[in-house]
Amino acid sequence: MAELSNIKLPEGSLEKTTSTINLGPTHPATHGVFQNILEIDGEKVLNAESTVGYIHRAFEKIAEHRPLYQITPLTDRLNYCSAPINNMGWHLTCEKLLGIQTPKRVDYLRVIIMELARIADHLICNSIVGVDTGALTPFTYIMQYRELIYEIWEEVCGSRLTTNIGRIGGFERNFNNIAFEKLEKFLHEYPKALTEFESLLTRNRIFMERTQGVGPISAEAALSYGMTGPNLRAAGVDYDVRVHSPYSSYSDFQFHIPVGTTGDCYDRFLVRNDEMRESLSIIRQAYQKVQEFKGAEAEVYHADVPDYYLPPKQDVYTKMEALIYHFKIIMGEVNMPVGEVYNAVEGANGELGFYVISDGGRTPYRVHFRRPCFVYYQAFPELVKNSMLSDAIIVLSSLNLIAGEMDA
Amino acid sequence: MAQLTSELIQNKLQHKFGDQVTNFTVSYGMLTFEAPKEFNLKVLQFLFDDEELMFRFLTDITAVHYPENAGKELAVVYHLHNLVQNVRIRFKVFTSIQSPDVFTATQLFNCANWMERETYDFFGINFVGHPNLKRILNVDEMDYFPMRKEYPLEDQERTDKDDEMFGR
Amino acid sequence: MKKEIFMARPVRFNIHPKEANLNSSVLIGEAPPGFEGEGFFTTKLSELVALGRRNSLWPLPFATSCCGIEFMATAAAHYDFARFGSERMAFTPRQCDMLMVMGTIAKKMAPVVRQVYLQMAEPRWVMAVGACACSGGIFDSYSVLQGIDQIIPVDVYVPGCPPRPEGIIEGIMRVQDLVDNESVRRRNSDRYKALLNSYGIQ
Repeated sequence: MAELSNIKLPEGSLEKTTSTINLGPTHPATHGVFQNILEIDGEKVLNAESTVGYIHRAFEKIAEHRPLYQITPLTDRLNYCSAPINNMGWHLTCEKLLGIQTPKRVDYLRVIIMELARIADHLICNSIVGVDTGALTPFTYIMQYRELIYEIWEEVCGSRLTTNIGRIGGFERNFNNIAFEKLEKFLHEYPKALTEFESLLTRNRIFMERTQGVGPISAEAALSYGMTGPNLRAAGVDYDVRVHSPYSSYSDFQFHIPVGTTGDCYDRFLVRNDEMRESLSIIRQAYQKVQEFKGAEAEVYHADVPDYYLPPKQDVYTKMEALIYHFKIIMGEVNMPVGEVYNAVEGANGELGFYVISDGGRTPYRVHFRRPCFVYYQAFPELVKNSMLSDAIIVLSSLNLIAGEMDA
Repeated sequence: MAQLTSELIQNKLQHKFGDQVTNFTVSYGMLTFEAPKEFNLKVLQFLFDDEELMFRFLTDITAVHYPENAGKELAVVYHLHNLVQNVRIRFKVFTSIQSPDVFTATQLFNCANWMERETYDFFGINFVGHPNLKRILNVDEMDYFPMRKEYPLEDQERTDKDDEMFGR
Repeated sequence: MKKEIFMARPVRFNIHPKEANLNSSVLIGEAPPGFEGEGFFTTKLSELVALGRRNSLWPLPFATSCCGIEFMATAAAHYDFARFGSERMAFTPRQCDMLMVMGTIAKKMAPVVRQVYLQMAEPRWVMAVGACACSGGIFDSYSVLQGIDQIIPVDVYVPGCPPRPEGIIEGIMRVQDLVDNESVRRRNSDRYKALLNSYGIQ
């Protein structure tokens, strides 16, 4: 065929029976920006190569130019589906570095906020798994409850999504009665919604066939790939930072850790659902404990550390020492210890670690975020080997990859 | 099994490696020590295999740039975790900036793959034996290593920023 | 049993919620000005085209980060924006009218945004949602593109970090105003061609 002789084909492409497709950075169903180049033979995936970095915002470099309290808005944008967990983790790290001990009421309030964030994240992840299998209804039904969680956060800190909630040493204001009313409403309404959500998907024949046996991983492989969080627990390892190294008085609460067996998408879905129920139980216990504080103790919402916690504005304008503390904190004249600290919290995706090296100056010398999504996304090629193309999509969404956390 | 204290870990390491492992400190509850960069795989393998130590989970690999330390400017920091006894440990390896070659840990831990790529991307540490050492987070065409201290945070190519308004 | 609710600030709106009245809750769109008679209605072609376009803007949600989650909240049942005609979220640029860039665009992602914009067919509108898409946001660093208007022409900017869903809906309504008032010859005019040329787009 003379007219086709000027077309140059790549080496060996006529003999090649596989095709290379690009599951590119622009995803349908708004998963996040990462690229997968899949090599497929018909419908079967043979190999996958991932490219990340499409939303690299240089958090660690920015954090070297900001004092500790100004890094909190950066941590918001790590795992933006559950921003309060990142904020609290950062505050806990700073408190470990500075040697601040928070009062019990602050700890319990932090637990309430963090568990709400965990529910919000798992809620999105599970409903998106449903959307990817074709079930659009559970997403619409359950997103309504994310609005309730947003209202609670808005009442405490003013913002819905990227909350910047809390301060080093506690919270910026006490939780008012409206926040507790909204929390009670959520605790009353959400279990029914979760049961409805589960009844639509968990024993649904089509959903089960789409997710069982898809993307399994053994416990040894999961540990070798550095997986933590619900993905690791679905593989059978009961490692949860809240239980192993309790922070923020988690040891005062009774809860179970749901663990799966095969590590496939169905197990991950079930583990996340059960974790949402456990989080509801933790929130109830914490709320009950908070209500037991009476009188002056019920007004405590931050630790007594004037060196690091900004005094209230009316004191700054009237009292001399509050003015001095305010000036010192803002201008960076406070004593920063020299040392390095690594602190981990249980994020919605796993162990979220903060490694801070401080040299005594106003800004830390080095900040590193140990992001769970970045670490376990390396396991994706192994998870999708020899599975179908549509299974690769389900694996991608059941891993709960948040691009902001992956690229930092 | 015996409670894994910092003294026990330190004794075992010094028993095995003599004075190659140095600078044992306990920083905010975590034992930290150093070793020369040629020994990093040996130390990691020892920590992995030993039946008492069992540091089989690699939490994190990162690096720090100290421009003032002549000859030891770049530090590669490994965070390891013993999940059975819940003990964490930090292991540092120093290398000079002229020849930043460190052996890769990918045969031992699968998760070291991307963590080392990220460290290479930001600091320029060449991990010898890494299967795919190329940039991961920054654009592929970038020719410098941005997290080193000599490079600025902002993009220097901008023409639209008004220095007076930004207080510079 | 109604509990006493302590209100930090007095509420002014919707304190006496009314029962829904279907006759009044359906919005009847205004007909464009024209001349009508028995079985016919004349108006300008641009009015009719604008009526059709503004009420069926199909967006391409280019969601990269946190603003994408607020977009999901806007698309969900509470702040539903399907009532503005954006029922079908076209994930391919060939079938969408409006490119909503939501979230930080890093320099690595910039060629992708540009390619998606080039693949869109005229008429197309671009909405930059969130501070990062408008101007780089809080990330003044070496890897973040300081605003998508460095690479593609933008019609509406929605500030916020992230903007509330009401803000995103306001942005859609401003795009609808632009669509309404656009002349049918705009896409062929010299001024538009000069605008695209300044971005290097033919």
